[in-house]
Parts: sequence; C-alpha cells; structure tokens
Amino acid sequence: MRFSPAQRRYNRRVLILSLIYTVLLFIAVYLLARHLVTGPMAYVVGAAPALAASGFFWELGRYLLDETDEYLRMLMTRQLLIATGVALTAAMIWGFLEGFALVPHVVGYAWPIIWLAALGLGACINRMIERRAA
Amino acid sequence: MNNRLRDLRAQRGWSQQELGERLEVSRQSVNAIETGRYDPSLPLAFRIAELFGLAIEDVFVSPSKES
Repeated sequence: MRFSPAQRRYNRRVLILSLIYTVLLFIAVYLLARHLVTGPMAYVVGAAPALAASGFFWELGRYLLDETDEYLRMLMTRQLLIATGVALTAAMIWGFLEGFALVPHVVGYAWPIIWLAALGLGACINRMIERRAA
Repeated sequence: MNNRLRDLRAQRGWSQQELGERLEVSRQSVNAIETGRYDPSLPLAFRIAELFGLAIEDVFVSPSKES
C-alpha cells in the first residue's frame, strides 16, 4: 500500500509524538512516584504526557487539512466518526452503569485510549469496504 | 454515480496508478470513482473530464438520466 505525501508526513509526526510521549511518561512516573516534584510543578509533570498524547488529536486534524486527496480525506473522516461514535457510546453506557454501581470506576484517560483503539476499528471497516468493492 | 472512467482509461492503456498520478490522486481514489463507490467533487470531476478532453457529462452519467 502506498502512502500519500500527507499520510507520510502524518506517520512521521505521530512517530515523533509517540517517542516524546514515552519519554515524558517515564519522566513523570519516575519523578512523581518518588515525590521528587511537588506543588504546581507536579501538575506540569503529571500533565505533560497527557498533553503529548493529545497531540495525536491535533495531528489527525492537521492531516485532514493537509490531505489533498479528497477520497483519502473521506476515508479518514469516516474512521474518525466511527471512533467517536464507539468511544462516546462506550463512555455513555459505562457512565450510566457506574452511576448505578454496577461496574467499577474507570479512569478518565481510558476513553481517549478507547477512541484511539476504535480508530483502528474504523481503519478495519474502511479496509473491509475497500476489499468488498475491489 | 455511473461513469465511463474505466473505459476511457483502458482506451489509453493507463493503469489506475498512472491515471491517479496524472490526476494527482491515489490509486484508491481512481478505483473508488471507477466502481461508483465515490462521487468526486466538482473540481476533481472537471480535472478528470479535462484530462480526457471531454465534457463532464461525457464522463459521468447524470443520476437523473440513469435508467
């Protein structure tokens, strides 16, 4: 499969972002687990990996603006809609069940992770549609 | 939307990849348009028609005229 120039740029940026996220996560875990930072600095260190991970969302938006191939843009839009639908539905159902004390509490950052996983599901659905039509 | 893109491409002996390169779109896009899975935007439809030296209605079949 050939990647469009915008996809190649997106892949490269996401790879760099993943490395930054990993480094920041290790630093945050190391410093906060040992209480080496406190006060406002602890919040900055604690939020830093999350901000790096949020960069993935920024990059997806940037890709949509960057992609000149309208069909590929449509595929990504469908993928994003699938991911958003799945993650929000899961969050809604879990929230209700949690409210009724039927399921345990789930940390907030689980939902963006589910969203990213659902993005993979969206890619699979796109591929299935492509294969069926080929 | 039905179209004659596959025939026009075949007449010139171009692969989907070659046509995609001429139109500056991916092979996937060409395939999706040819199979009617994706209707191109007006600017892309014009680019396709102009590449073959035809009018848009000579490449794409108007949905209202499809039998």
